[in-house]
Amino acid sequence: MPELAAWSIFLVPLLSFVLIVVLRPILGPSNRLSGRITVAAMVAAFALALTALVATISEDGHDLGYQTHAWIEVGSLTINVGIVMDSLTATMVVVVAGVSLLIQIYGQEYMRGDSSYSRYYAMMSLFTAAMLGLVMASNLVLLYVFWEMVGLSSYLLIGHWHDRPAAANAAKKAFIVTRLGDLGLLIGIVWAFVATGTFEISELHEMAAAGTFAGVGLTWLALGIFAGAAGKSGQFPLHVWLPDAMEGPTPVSALIHAATMVAAGVFLVARMFPVFEASVGALTVVAWIGGGTALFAATMALVANDIKRVLAYSTISQLGYMMLALGMGAMGAAMFHLVTHAFFKALLFLGAGSVQHTTGTYDMRYMGGLRRVMPYTFISLVVAGLSLSGIPPFSGFWSKDAILNAASSNGIVSGAETLYWLGVLTAGLTGFYVFRMIFMTFTGPYRGGAAAEATASGVAAGHESVTHDDGAHGRHLHESPWIMVLPLVALAVLSVFSGLADLPWKFLGISAHWMTEFLTPGHNERFSISVAAISSAVGAAGVMTAYFMYVRKKISAEAMGSRFRPLHTLFTQKYYMDHLYESLFTVRFLHGGLARSMDWFDANVVDRGANTVGWVGRNFGRMPAQLQTGQAQFYGAVFSIGIVLILGAFWIWG
Amino acid sequence: MLTAIVFLPAIAAIVIALLARRDWQVRFGALAVSVTVLVLSLIVWASMDRHDATPQFVQKHEWVSAFNVQYFLGVDGLSAPMVALTGLLGVAAILASWRIDFRVKEYFVWMLVLLSGILGVFTSLDLLMFFFFWEVELLPMYLLISIWGSGRKEYSAMKFLIFTIGGSALMLVGILALFVSTGTFDMIELRDAQFSTVFITAPGVFFLLLAAFAVKLPIWPFHTWLPDAHTDAPTAVSVLLAGVMLKMGGYGILRLCLSFFPEVARDYAWLLATLAVINVLYGGIVVLWQRDLKRLIAFSSVSHMGFVLLGIASLNTVGLTGASLQMFAHGTITGLLFLMVGLVYEKAHTRHIPDLGGLVKRMPVIAIVFMVAGLASLGLPAMSGFAAELLVFLGSFAVYREATILAVFGVVLSAGYILWMVQRVFFGPEKPRFVGVRDASALEILSMSGLVAAIVIVGVYPALLTDYFKLGVEPIQNLLGANGG
Repeated sequence: MPELAAWSIFLVPLLSFVLIVVLRPILGPSNRLSGRITVAAMVAAFALALTALVATISEDGHDLGYQTHAWIEVGSLTINVGIVMDSLTATMVVVVAGVSLLIQIYGQEYMRGDSSYSRYYAMMSLFTAAMLGLVMASNLVLLYVFWEMVGLSSYLLIGHWHDRPAAANAAKKAFIVTRLGDLGLLIGIVWAFVATGTFEISELHEMAAAGTFAGVGLTWLALGIFAGAAGKSGQFPLHVWLPDAMEGPTPVSALIHAATMVAAGVFLVARMFPVFEASVGALTVVAWIGGGTALFAATMALVANDIKRVLAYSTISQLGYMMLALGMGAMGAAMFHLVTHAFFKALLFLGAGSVQHTTGTYDMRYMGGLRRVMPYTFISLVVAGLSLSGIPPFSGFWSKDAILNAASSNGIVSGAETLYWLGVLTAGLTGFYVFRMIFMTFTGPYRGGAAAEATASGVAAGHESVTHDDGAHGRHLHESPWIMVLPLVALAVLSVFSGLADLPWKFLGISAHWMTEFLTPGHNERFSISVAAISSAVGAAGVMTAYFMYVRKKISAEAMGSRFRPLHTLFTQKYYMDHLYESLFTVRFLHGGLARSMDWFDANVVDRGANTVGWVGRNFGRMPAQLQTGQAQFYGAVFSIGIVLILGAFWIWG
Repeated sequence: MLTAIVFLPAIAAIVIALLARRDWQVRFGALAVSVTVLVLSLIVWASMDRHDATPQFVQKHEWVSAFNVQYFLGVDGLSAPMVALTGLLGVAAILASWRIDFRVKEYFVWMLVLLSGILGVFTSLDLLMFFFFWEVELLPMYLLISIWGSGRKEYSAMKFLIFTIGGSALMLVGILALFVSTGTFDMIELRDAQFSTVFITAPGVFFLLLAAFAVKLPIWPFHTWLPDAHTDAPTAVSVLLAGVMLKMGGYGILRLCLSFFPEVARDYAWLLATLAVINVLYGGIVVLWQRDLKRLIAFSSVSHMGFVLLGIASLNTVGLTGASLQMFAHGTITGLLFLMVGLVYEKAHTRHIPDLGGLVKRMPVIAIVFMVAGLASLGLPAMSGFAAELLVFLGSFAVYREATILAVFGVVLSAGYILWMVQRVFFGPEKPRFVGVRDASALEILSMSGLVAAIVIVGVYPALLTDYFKLGVEPIQNLLGANGG
């Protein structure tokens, strides 16, 4: 595959962005051509990505090995631009371009009639371009460039409906919190360069593997990278932005905040994996943050009532699983789960969007009974739900099982045994919260949708969320149009069958653990019946609990809630972390405390000090009035004084 | 060539003052001059030999032979981009002044004199000329703020004048000491000349010179004139002030302090690095409390100029190149920000952030360009600020690890205040008082487009400038010797 063709994977969506921006003033802000341009670009990018994958599979060593090109050269410093096309990148470009394509198709209908339709598609194109660039970057600086670009497009898309204060706030929060992580990434990159003299990822890999780059510098690089990864992938304690990011349009949540961008953190750790492997300390941190986040986020998903927030916490939790896998040294398993999760989580979000499209609300307390009305949506969501819950033979089972296997058999990371059991417990919670969501949405009687929500919250009809998302007025419930259903079905098929890529046995001509072998040749994966049995049994138990609680009503959700009141409150209050960050740290300490007092200090100490010391200030104070009338004289005076001074000095010392 | 660039605005100012009868003649005359300067400066920039580190386009004549004063102009890799930046911002500033309708002739005359002064500072290679141009810029600045400004304009203008004159007076003493010791004002000869204590020691002279530059850059705690001057100055003056005049400080440190006293610079670099971190964090935190748009951007300049100082303090090629690039980048970015704030103020009649909101519906073009400038300011890659900050960090990390890590936090602060500002001004529900507000006119769009292009082009391909800057810092680096990466 020629290098230009590989570059085109990134350039075609970028071209789409430029084209839409250029055409927008001519065509108007909601011309449907923008959407079509984007879809066409995604088709091209996806086709190129598939070609790249095929080329990479057939290449020895799975690396097409492109040249790099100089970008900045200063002294001994050279910063290059270049792309890499190896097994990891090839896998990622296919997933990113593929999911993006499906979601752009879905958006054709979902975003129809939006007053900023063109802007939406311009940003979606920009995001896809940046994300593809990110996974193809061959050095850390270029990677950081795209890393920030995806952050920017995420910011702009979360704030798509920027006249809603909640959306504008969420966008800002997302950018700032992830930037806090990026700080670590930037410091890590700079540190690595000062220690090794290179930004090239492949050279860093070699040095880490050969042991020429080791010790504290390497650990700091790894931890810095992980800080950036934790920010993007919503890992504790930088997870707080992701639930709020759900203020963006649902296709955005599906593509950026579920399937691709948030997985960039996992990708980044995978990309730099040889560096992590060289530091047990870093691996341990990754494993514990990942495993801890998986459980932590799952508990918050148990009590959320907003359908997208349930999914957001679920995403954080699943990303935690992936980080856990990375910490356990199982990069293949992490990537496998990243792929299957991309499919079933995108599906869950698009399904939630489909539901919202007809009910006008995201609040599950006002849904219910949609099973008969929306059969395709229902079936797709059940498929995705089973996959997420890790029920065999759905894809999520195989990938989650690979992670738990890695944890159960790990002998390096301290506390691996504990982390394994945390993972199992999380699997049970996952089964529960997913099916709680599905049952609340699709079973029982219909509880009124947006109208009921408006009444309950005392807001008059014509609530913001209704006016933005079309078709919500005086609705009768209906299945979504085919253009929205089609991507759902495609993703459902992928959610079922993508597990085939890494089955423990040879099946249908695909060799055992094909994907793991492709990504990490030589890593022996094992399969344990007991691990598989325990995790699927626990997952199923979660599903059954939800069934008895929300369908059969054998267990009262309210009674459980009041019985565990303190825990319930803790979960619904999100462990008070938003409160801690926003009210206490940002508003009270940083803004109201530090900034305010330093502003006072600046005005009353530094400035006043300067003014007082400059006694001339008082004498000069009377001059402005004269100056307005006698500019020329003053001008002359300043110069004569200057010249006299100079000549005087010469006379004395010259 | 350089003589034409430097003196064209001043001569045009005299011609306009004497001959122009109508306001439109004044405006178009000034515009024509600034465009010519821009074109000439770009020609100089493009036709420079990129492998020759010595000054080019040199014009050197005996002037006052008794004191060995020369008429000596020239540009090298360091100054050529600065001249081009001045040309670019000059055009933007003239366009931004189009709506001035009070004492029009005087206003444009002073603007042109100001331009001549700035261009002279960047091209002079004779210390006395350097000082002369350094002073030339003061008076027009004072008048422009005190007559065409707003708010406490007289107080702010006077404060600017006192701070700067205070700094210049100390610099003058330093310059004279240099002359007395070495017998030359030639800035190229001075690099190799051996300074021997006359009435003050070498560190003494270093700090005398630094004083003037510390006020200009500005370095904490000499920054307090800046928020006042910026806030009360007319838009175009803020653009020039932030865009190029602050850079005179950084340029001066590189050209004078580091070049003439490399040993002293090495001894006191830790002090510069410390002050740099204070600038970055102090500015970045005080910004958070500002409610006036202009004051906010003024303090953000204090923070961003800290990066310049940090790059300088690293005393290595990468850091110095980064500092120079940061000067250029900040010039375009903050120049654009002030331009946009000026437009917002002109249309919405307030700069008080709590009163603003939801303006994106009314002024989409202004909002988008404002966001471009804001994102560039917070160091988003593919915009000019990022490459500069990265080079500064790479240069300084090798020498001052802790200071650099602290300074990197400034990047998060900038994301905070920029996004907060953008959100409060442009997003949220539309306010009824802004219903009739209009978007930018074609002329205003023209005035921003040059800066937007510069930000993006330099961001995507910084080698366009770094190739020059590294050439410019090379001789300085040779004097300083190896230091870190």
